Amino acid sequence: MVTTETEASLPGPGDRVADSGVVDLEGSPQAPQHEREIPAIEFRNVHLSFDDRKVLDGLSFKVMKGETKIILGGSGGGKSTTIKLVLGLLKPDEGQILVDGDDITDFTEYEMSTVRKKIGMIFQEGALFDSLSVYDNVAYRLHEQGVAEDEVEQEVRRMLRFVDLEDAIDQMPIELSGGMRRRVGIARALVGGPKIVLFDEPTAGLDPPTARTICELAIKLRDLEDVSSMFVTHEMNNVEYLTSEYAVVNEAGEIIFEDEGERICLINTKILMIRDGQLIFSGSDETLFKSEDPYIRRFLRGR
Amino acid sequence: MLAVRAVRGLFRRPIYWQDMIVQMDVVGVGSLTIILLTGFFTGGVLALQTYPTLKYYGAQDQTGFLVATSLVRELGPVLAGLMVAGRVGSAFSAELGSMTVSQQIDAMRALGTDPVRKLVAPRLLALILMLPLLTLIADIVGICGGWAVSTGLYKIAGSTFSSVWQGLSSNDIFGGMVKSFSSGCSSALSPSRQASARPAVRSESAGRRRPP
Repeated sequence: MVTTETEASLPGPGDRVADSGVVDLEGSPQAPQHEREIPAIEFRNVHLSFDDRKVLDGLSFKVMKGETKIILGGSGGGKSTTIKLVLGLLKPDEGQILVDGDDITDFTEYEMSTVRKKIGMIFQEGALFDSLSVYDNVAYRLHEQGVAEDEVEQEVRRMLRFVDLEDAIDQMPIELSGGMRRRVGIARALVGGPKIVLFDEPTAGLDPPTARTICELAIKLRDLEDVSSMFVTHEMNNVEYLTSEYAVVNEAGEIIFEDEGERICLINTKILMIRDGQLIFSGSDETLFKSEDPYIRRFLRGR
Repeated sequence: MLAVRAVRGLFRRPIYWQDMIVQMDVVGVGSLTIILLTGFFTGGVLALQTYPTLKYYGAQDQTGFLVATSLVRELGPVLAGLMVAGRVGSAFSAELGSMTVSQQIDAMRALGTDPVRKLVAPRLLALILMLPLLTLIADIVGICGGWAVSTGLYKIAGSTFSSVWQGLSSNDIFGGMVKSFSSGCSSALSPSRQASARPAVRSESAGRRRPP
């Protein structure tokens, strides 16, 4: 999903949200020509209130296939709520939410279970099941589906290798560090190869190298697995990693991370900024850093 | 609403047999000690306190009958219900509450599992089945406690204590079981409703307002 300079000038499927910060609220009037033109996730004028407090106020955006949308914003701004809405853990008061072209707004819990199979979610603290070992946590979805134990073990080991935690397979969640717990949470979310992955502040409270590891996992998913993702964060170094680096497999078969530098421009990672439930910015990191909006300037500089 | 969903969860696939057995072990075997202790001593104290009064009226041979009727009709179900509600109900609340706070319930839903079917239904079934059994055990052990006090302390003949069986009818036993069944339901559903089901219910009830 890395695009060269010449390709970057072509209108790609991920370019519907303009870098100017203006959001196309209505969506394309034309029917999609290609499957990749159907957004992986689409919010259409979504409103949500808890009691008298408005959490989301007319939120609209799209996450195209293979694209990563970083959702920035202060605490309590509605970031985590947004991804809970994608999973159907909450329902909007108004508006529509589409996942892979299906309007899930009115889906029942039973209907949502089919949609949730396409989605992997990484929770803030990992949300591992305390009473289950790392193996059983990662294998949870497969056990629920009644997959044979040999296949389960193979898949669990493969996923734990992906997050570099195969040695912890028999440990209990309580024995793991915060970073390890998040990585097990990532492995659990990725079992079954979901094409949409939602990260809910996966690096909050972690040391910089561990946070970097988690960002690398997100980059690998984006560039090597063609996964669409929403990455909720308020840490600017996450934004820097995700918008300036890409993963490739070199001739020796190793995954390496390269900087976008001057040669290329990553168009498959965009930033949304939410403030008080409203979208105040949508565009690339370059546009974000050039923004004159006082709130955005304060958010970026921290004062 | 939660009760309906939990009961439906008992009959719809996937049925979590292993979770049900684990919960029966937690509720039944785990509560056995406390039920044995409270049942035995309650029966004993009942005999200890009522014997002098009955003797005053010359009806001391009715001690066994009084102990048995009180235990089977009222005290057995109440004691077992209270003990299990205190021990198991609070454990359910704590367990499901911490799962909610640490987003494990959300994670479960995100992984495609209905938490009511996975967590509430096995607990409900375990309590519905185990509480009447525990009540029966409390009744029997309580009568044994009454017998121990009557024969050991008051030197009533064992055969006299067998007046127990004269006064008990199947209705008494059945009534006691119905009481323990209902307290089992409430012990399972109240903590579950308070701890785990609340966010799910809220999210559904706060769902979109459909156009008329």
